[in-house]
Amino acid sequence: MTGRLAPAAAVTAAAAVPLLGRDYYATLMLPFFGYSIALLGLNLLFGTTGLLSFGHALFLAVGGYTAAYLGSTLGVRSLEAMLAVALVVAAVIAVPVGWLCVRYVKIYFGMLTLAFGMLFYSFLYKFYALTGGDEGMPVARPSLLGQGFGELDKTAYLIGPYYYYSLALCLVAAVVMWRIVRSPLGLSLRAIRENADKAEYVGVRVRRYRFYAFVIAAVFGAAGGVLLVVPTGLAAPTLAYWTHSGNLVFMLLLGGFGHFFGPVVGAFVFIFLQDQVMSVTQYWRFVFGAVLAAVVIFLPHGLMGLLARRADA
Amino acid sequence: MTQALNLVLGGVFHAAALFLVAAGLQLVFGVQKILNLACGSFYALGAYTGIAAVNAALAAGVPAPLFLPVLVASGLALGVLGPPLERLLRTIYDRDEAFQLLLTFALVLMLEDVIRFVWGAAPYQMAGVYLTYGQVRLGTATVPVYNFIVIAAGLAIAAGMGLLLTRSRFGGIVRAAAENRGMAQALGVDMGRISTRVFTLGLVLGTVGGALVIPAGAAVNEMGIELIVEAFAVVVIGGLGSMRGAFVGALVVGVLKAVAIAVYPEAEMLAVYLIVIAVLLFRPTGLFARATA
Repeated sequence: MTGRLAPAAAVTAAAAVPLLGRDYYATLMLPFFGYSIALLGLNLLFGTTGLLSFGHALFLAVGGYTAAYLGSTLGVRSLEAMLAVALVVAAVIAVPVGWLCVRYVKIYFGMLTLAFGMLFYSFLYKFYALTGGDEGMPVARPSLLGQGFGELDKTAYLIGPYYYYSLALCLVAAVVMWRIVRSPLGLSLRAIRENADKAEYVGVRVRRYRFYAFVIAAVFGAAGGVLLVVPTGLAAPTLAYWTHSGNLVFMLLLGGFGHFFGPVVGAFVFIFLQDQVMSVTQYWRFVFGAVLAAVVIFLPHGLMGLLARRADA
Repeated sequence: MTQALNLVLGGVFHAAALFLVAAGLQLVFGVQKILNLACGSFYALGAYTGIAAVNAALAAGVPAPLFLPVLVASGLALGVLGPPLERLLRTIYDRDEAFQLLLTFALVLMLEDVIRFVWGAAPYQMAGVYLTYGQVRLGTATVPVYNFIVIAAGLAIAAGMGLLLTRSRFGGIVRAAAENRGMAQALGVDMGRISTRVFTLGLVLGTVGGALVIPAGAAVNEMGIELIVEAFAVVVIGGLGSMRGAFVGALVVGVLKAVAIAVYPEAEMLAVYLIVIAVLLFRPTGLFARATA
């Protein structure tokens, strides 16, 4: 019962945030939507399938840079077009990368994904002419469903139409992921996580299904990446850096990767906690390192593990 | 020709430090089966501490040529951090790899801020002692003697590690523990003590590596998280857990980077990652993979 009520209450609360008049908190919600989508994808790979990627930030960068490139270089204004192209580009990159990566599991999978992430990072960082190098690429304000909202200033645009657009996209992503996890594909992926050999014996094409999970996660990552760069107005190479991938896994663990809503909770707590800690001290990394250590040691099922006794994803 | 030689020497100098960090990574992976992301942070910590120690020693009137022993001693002194950190990691030895990796990632985050807190965010440099030992002319190029000292030290430590692991009783126990932890324990090996020692040794290799290389440049906050990716490339190329692999891998990465910077700067790290990916795909166990440390 609470399983349906809680998400509905959370969505209602999220929809009400811009109406409270605290613009600052509304702008903090924007990266939350982006990270939620990306983490829903990453959780399919890690929580559901059992593959730990330490290079998933690669696909957030793919999304971010696709949006930036389309907007700045090609003059595309429509966010739907940016999203569509970003998803296709992410899938095109994820097919060869995933095909290579899923041949390995455990620590080798983690290392290979990290290597691909850093490969992309050094490409973004060094090929100045194409990517803007360390300065990154500016992201122009996109139009939403054909509406430019030219009459709104930047904040009004971000916490108004863009906010609800992001929230809606986040909901769509959650529904799609919910369907994936409940589908035969999701069931096969869980079987692979529990015991890949047994799954293979009962006819699950283990490597192919891992590959599907990888590509789906990549596409979600790119969608999240697009949403992340619009509020900041910049796609920077650090999007692809390995510590960013580490932070993604951190959020996942914080929320609880065994639970469907773990990624969303993790992203939310991470972003708001980071905001609070940063306002108190510039040494937020130390605090976050200590939090991560405590979660790893004492709370391996994350915050959702505290709330829900039964992990159901 | 001399230019090429100079290039390769620069690469080998970097490789010496890289080898030390990678050797520490390999040791810990061999025995504890943990891929320690924090080994780059140990390197950075060694560099900062080394600078502070040498600057303090010079200010106290220690003659400049004695900076090398001060540097090494400061790296060794950081070994005191080994036992408490190992104790922290011990809580998750029997957990999934994901948790182990994340706990070392937590250490990376914390150590980065410890460095920022103690030494600030600006680049930190050693008083000019780099050229104390003079320079050698090689055709048109000049190479500081200190670079040769570091390369020699790297080789000596590599040889020492080889002897320690293959000839000493401690090395035998370490290799046994790497091969089969449970069996070693059943035969009476105190795994707790071995783990502490191995982790401390791995940490000291990293801090000494950082201390040795830093007179040639400046320490910056990001040096740890940047180096870990290189050290990681080294162990993948060489093979996880293999000392010989760390040695060859460090040479490959160090020299390749130096050559790439000279020939086609855009490809500096790109070249390294391409090799890493190629090795993982065609020889996933690395060039020298063995189960032992």
